[in-house]
Amino acid sequence: MTRRVLPGFGLSLGYALAYLGLIVLLPLAALVWKASGIGIGGFWDLISTPRVFAAFKLSFGAALISACINAVVGLIVAWVLVRYRFPGRRLFDALVDLPFALPTAVAGIALTALYAPNGWLGHWLQPYGIKVAFTPLGVLIAMVFVGFPFVVRTLQPVLETLDHEVEEAATSLGATRLQTFARVILPLLLPTLLTGFALALARAVGEYGSVIFIAGNLPMKSEIVPLLIVQKLEQYDYAGAAAVGVLMLALSFALLLLISLLQRWSHRWAER
Amino acid sequence: MAAVIAAQPPRSLTRRSVRLLLLILAIGFLVLFLLLPLAAVFVEALRKGGGAYLAALAHPEAWAAIRLTVLVAAISVPLNLLFGLAAAWAMTRFDFRGKALLGALIDLPFSVSPVVSGLIYVLLFGAQGWLGPWLAAHDLKIIFAVPGLVLATVFVTLPFVARELIPLMQAQGSEEEEAAMTLGASGLQTFFRVTLPNVKWALLYGVLLCNARAMGEFGAVSVVSGHIRGLTNTLPLHVEILYSEYDYVGAFAVASLLAMLALLTLALKSLLEWRYGSELAARAPRGH
Repeated sequence: MTRRVLPGFGLSLGYALAYLGLIVLLPLAALVWKASGIGIGGFWDLISTPRVFAAFKLSFGAALISACINAVVGLIVAWVLVRYRFPGRRLFDALVDLPFALPTAVAGIALTALYAPNGWLGHWLQPYGIKVAFTPLGVLIAMVFVGFPFVVRTLQPVLETLDHEVEEAATSLGATRLQTFARVILPLLLPTLLTGFALALARAVGEYGSVIFIAGNLPMKSEIVPLLIVQKLEQYDYAGAAAVGVLMLALSFALLLLISLLQRWSHRWAER
Repeated sequence: MAAVIAAQPPRSLTRRSVRLLLLILAIGFLVLFLLLPLAAVFVEALRKGGGAYLAALAHPEAWAAIRLTVLVAAISVPLNLLFGLAAAWAMTRFDFRGKALLGALIDLPFSVSPVVSGLIYVLLFGAQGWLGPWLAAHDLKIIFAVPGLVLATVFVTLPFVARELIPLMQAQGSEEEEAAMTLGASGLQTFFRVTLPNVKWALLYGVLLCNARAMGEFGAVSVVSGHIRGLTNTLPLHVEILYSEYDYVGAFAVASLLAMLALLTLALKSLLEWRYGSELAARAPRGH
C-alpha cells in the first residue's frame, strides 16, 4: 500500500460514509420500511387501481418517448455544434444547458404560457385541433425540455475525439455519407448515446415541477406518478405514498439496469 | 480516376444541403424549445408594464421567499461542498473495497424523483414518521420548517461537487501531494497548498451547479414545505402559489428572478469552460 503515504483516509471516508448514511440511506430505508407495511397484496391492489395504473403508463410511456426524441434531436444538435462552424455557435452551445439551470417551476409556467390554447404557440395549433397543454402531449413536451441537455452533453466529448480518419477511410472505400454514418459513426456513438438516453429517461420519469403546470393533472388522462405521491401525502396516506414511491424507484432502476445491459452489448458490437 | 472526380460535384451539393438541413433543424429546435420559453418568462412578467413588475417584486412575501431561498442554499451548498471534498479525497487518493458502490451511492440522488426525495424525509421526520413522536416530544420541528427544506435540498444537490472533483482528482493523481508530504509538509498544508489550488476551478464549477439547483429546487422542497407563506415558501414555491391564484404577472415576475439566476449561472459556467477548460478537464459527462 504505497498510496497510504497521504493522511486522512479514515477521516474523509468516515465523514463521507456517515453523511451518505444520514442523508441518503437512512431516509431511503424509512421509505422501504413504510412501503413494506402494506404487504405484497397491498402493492398488487395499488397497481391494479385504474388511476394508479394510468399514471404509471403515462409517466413511463411519455418518459420513454421523450428520451427517444431527445436521442435523435440530441444527436443532431451535438453533431451540428461539434462539426459545423457558424455565427452564434458558442451562444447556442451555452443555451443547451438552460433546462439544467432553469428551475423546473419556471420552466413549467413558461411552457404553459406557450402551449395553452390562447398561448403564443397554442393559438397557432388550436385551429388544427392540436391541444398540447392539459393533455398527455403537454407532459411529453415538458419531459423533452428537461431531458434535452443529457444526450447532447454526453455525446459532445465523444464526437470531438472521433477520428476523422475512420470516416475518410470509409469514404475512400466508396461508402456514401449515409453509409459511413450508419455503419461507422453510429456504432461508435451507440454506447454513449445510450448513456445520454438513460440519463434523460431517469430525469423525465421523476420530473415534477415542469410537468404539473402544463399537464392539467386530469385523473386517468394527464396525471403523472409523482403527482399521485403528492396527493396521497395530502390525504395523509403515508403508506400509499411510500408504496407508489418504491414502485416508481424499482421500475426506473430496472429500466436503467436494462439500458446498461444494452450498453455492454453495444460496446461489444462497436468493437467487433 | 477521372470517373471519381466527375462524380464529386453532385455529392458535395447534396452534402451541403444535408448540412444546411441539419443546421436549420438544430437551431430551430434550440430556438423553439429553449429560447422561446425563456423569452416567455420575461414577456409575461412585463405584460402589465414595468410598474406592475416592480410592485410584484417589492411584495413582502416575495422578499421573504428570496431570503429563505438564499438561507437554504447558504446552508446546503457548503455542506455538500465539504462532503464532495471528503468523498473525492477518499475515493481518488486511496484504494479500498466497495469503491464502485460508494460512487454509485453518490450518484443515487440524481435518479430519485424530486418528490420521492422530499417524501423520504416526511416518512423519517414527519408526524407519522420514524422519529416523529420523539421530535414532537422534544418540541423540534423539521418537516414544514426550515430544517426540512435544507435536508431535501441537500439530498437533491448532493452529487454535484463530488461529481466534478472525483474524475479530475483521479486524472491528476497524487504525485504532487506525495512530493509535498515527503518534503515535510503537514497533511493540512498539503491539502490547502497543493490539492485545493489544483482543483479550484472544478470546485467552483460544482458549487455553481449545486447552487443553481439548490435555489431552484421545486419538487422535493414542495413536499416538505407545507407552503406556509412568509415562513416556508422558497422562490420556486412562491411562483407556484401566485400562479395558482391567477396572479400571472406576480408569478412570472418572481420567475424572472429565477430565470436571471439561471442565465447568470450559464454565463459563469461558460466562462469557466472557455477560460479554464483544461483545468476542468477529465470531467465526467455533466448531468442535471
